[in-house]
Amino acid sequence: MDWPALWLSLELATWTSLILIPAALPLARILAWRHFRFKGFVEALVALPLVLPPTVLGYYLLVAFGSHAWPGKLFEALFGHTLAFSFMGILVASLIFNLPFAVQPLQRAFEAIPLSVREAAWCSGLSPWRTLWRIELPLALPGIASALALTFAHTLGEFGVVLMVGGNIPGETKTVAISIYDRVQAFDDEAAGMMSALLLAVSFLTIGMVFALTGRRVAPHG
Amino acid sequence: MGNGLKAWFWQSAPIPLAAELHCPGGETLALVGPSGSGKTTILRCLAGLLNPAHGAIACHDKSWLDTAHHLHLRPQARRVGFVFQDYGLFPHLTALDNVAEAVPARSRTARRARAREWLARVHLAGLEERLPRVLSGGQRQRVAVARALGREPDILLLDEPFSAVDRATRERLYREMAELKAALRMTTVLVTHDLQEASLLADRITVVHHGRTLQSGAPADVVARPATATVARLVGVRNLFTGYLRRFQAIECKAFIAWGEVELEAHTAVPPGAPGTACDWCISASKVILHRRDRPSRGERENPVRGEIIEYLRLGDEVLIGIAPYGVPAAIIRLTVSWHVAERNRLGLGETATVSLLAAGIHLMPVESVLRTVPDQ
Repeated sequence: MDWPALWLSLELATWTSLILIPAALPLARILAWRHFRFKGFVEALVALPLVLPPTVLGYYLLVAFGSHAWPGKLFEALFGHTLAFSFMGILVASLIFNLPFAVQPLQRAFEAIPLSVREAAWCSGLSPWRTLWRIELPLALPGIASALALTFAHTLGEFGVVLMVGGNIPGETKTVAISIYDRVQAFDDEAAGMMSALLLAVSFLTIGMVFALTGRRVAPHG
Repeated sequence: MGNGLKAWFWQSAPIPLAAELHCPGGETLALVGPSGSGKTTILRCLAGLLNPAHGAIACHDKSWLDTAHHLHLRPQARRVGFVFQDYGLFPHLTALDNVAEAVPARSRTARRARAREWLARVHLAGLEERLPRVLSGGQRQRVAVARALGREPDILLLDEPFSAVDRATRERLYREMAELKAALRMTTVLVTHDLQEASLLADRITVVHHGRTLQSGAPADVVARPATATVARLVGVRNLFTGYLRRFQAIECKAFIAWGEVELEAHTAVPPGAPGTACDWCISASKVILHRRDRPSRGERENPVRGEIIEYLRLGDEVLIGIAPYGVPAAIIRLTVSWHVAERNRLGLGETATVSLLAAGIHLMPVESVLRTVPDQ
């Protein structure tokens, strides 16, 4: 068992979830309720990581992180090292490829709140902030939990993008998924088997939790 | 109580509106019209959930909307209590918290105490901690009413608040609403497609069609004296016909109209047009008197009309009768008589019957196409 790799994966998944969910909330809310030009384009852009080969996404990120592109230059000027092959680099990559897993469940959750409930809140004198805090967020809670679980589990298991952007540096970018690959290459079937079983269990628990949460939203009516 | 509500809205798109409303302080105004007539749109404009292209709202001397001066108050800044058609209750909050959210007190304790009083007022004491999903339709409606009142609004807006409950519950809710109305003297705008409901709860009605307000007045007045045939149709007048004005006797306030081969006398102070022009006319079913076969009836000499019974429908203790008058093609006079009267007079399909159309009950209206051409001239 590669404990440092597992620890790194958990750290990456935690940071990704903590940053991405609050950032995805306003975007999901706008996509759920507003109509604007290019909305379809924005939705397609958010969904793109679902179908894009991880190596393709990884390649473009690697190019963007390099010292010839402006994002890479900017980061190097600010922090003194490049984004590529660093924990920060795989965190940025992880935020991008998890976008659909965070935004889509949140968007569905906001869409499920009836307009009359929000309008009733406004007509009851609730300010937009209080409406968000007392009405919208509690009602979107199952969606928020789903988004969290999916983002967390998906980050734990991501392989292609992390390998492209981060390489295989122990303690910095070597996540548990990469470690499994590494162990198989080294004919260490026992360690690969244990880590695979762990990821299988985590994934299964996550999907079970998402199903339970989204199912609960349908059940109360009637 | 204040000076009530005055509002007008005008826009051509997306939903055409040409509406003017007035509801004196403490009174209830019902917006009546078929589904899709724009009643709810008008209500949403009042609440600030929609902003019309042009318009103004003054509620108790406060301006809520004035498009000419770019004034648009948000819904939170207008003191409205809104009861939505599906109630819009907060599904994750208890009945008490639903109401407490709307109460404008500062402390949570004070809000909950006021909310408890409002729930008791709508007969929901004991159900404070229930979630909306375990309440019945009638109880949910009461929570919605309590929440709307809990805000201490200047005006109460009700959007078809009785449409989602069964008939027995609806009748009980009517009684409770009438009691609340009498106790609170709250200025209220009620949207309904049901004229009976409007007559029961409202002091005034405004008939709405295609986003346009057509006529306002006391419910009985609008039904007895609709301004046009469209209004007559919308308020459910069954006996609506077209004739020609023959002559008008100003001193006796009598007009004579040609209706097919029949001449009818109508009492009116103002003729609907010049002699020779077409006019619409209507008569309420209660002013159509069936002649008894055995002895003369009241008003028998007034506008007697003979015809054949071509519709005969028993509804419990009453019978709905349609008579095709002789000499008037494609017209049917409809009236309701009690079942024993129909039996005694041996009424039935194909029988001949005579009715009197009481002259005081005939209401004349200018033909609408004539009205429409007037502004262009």
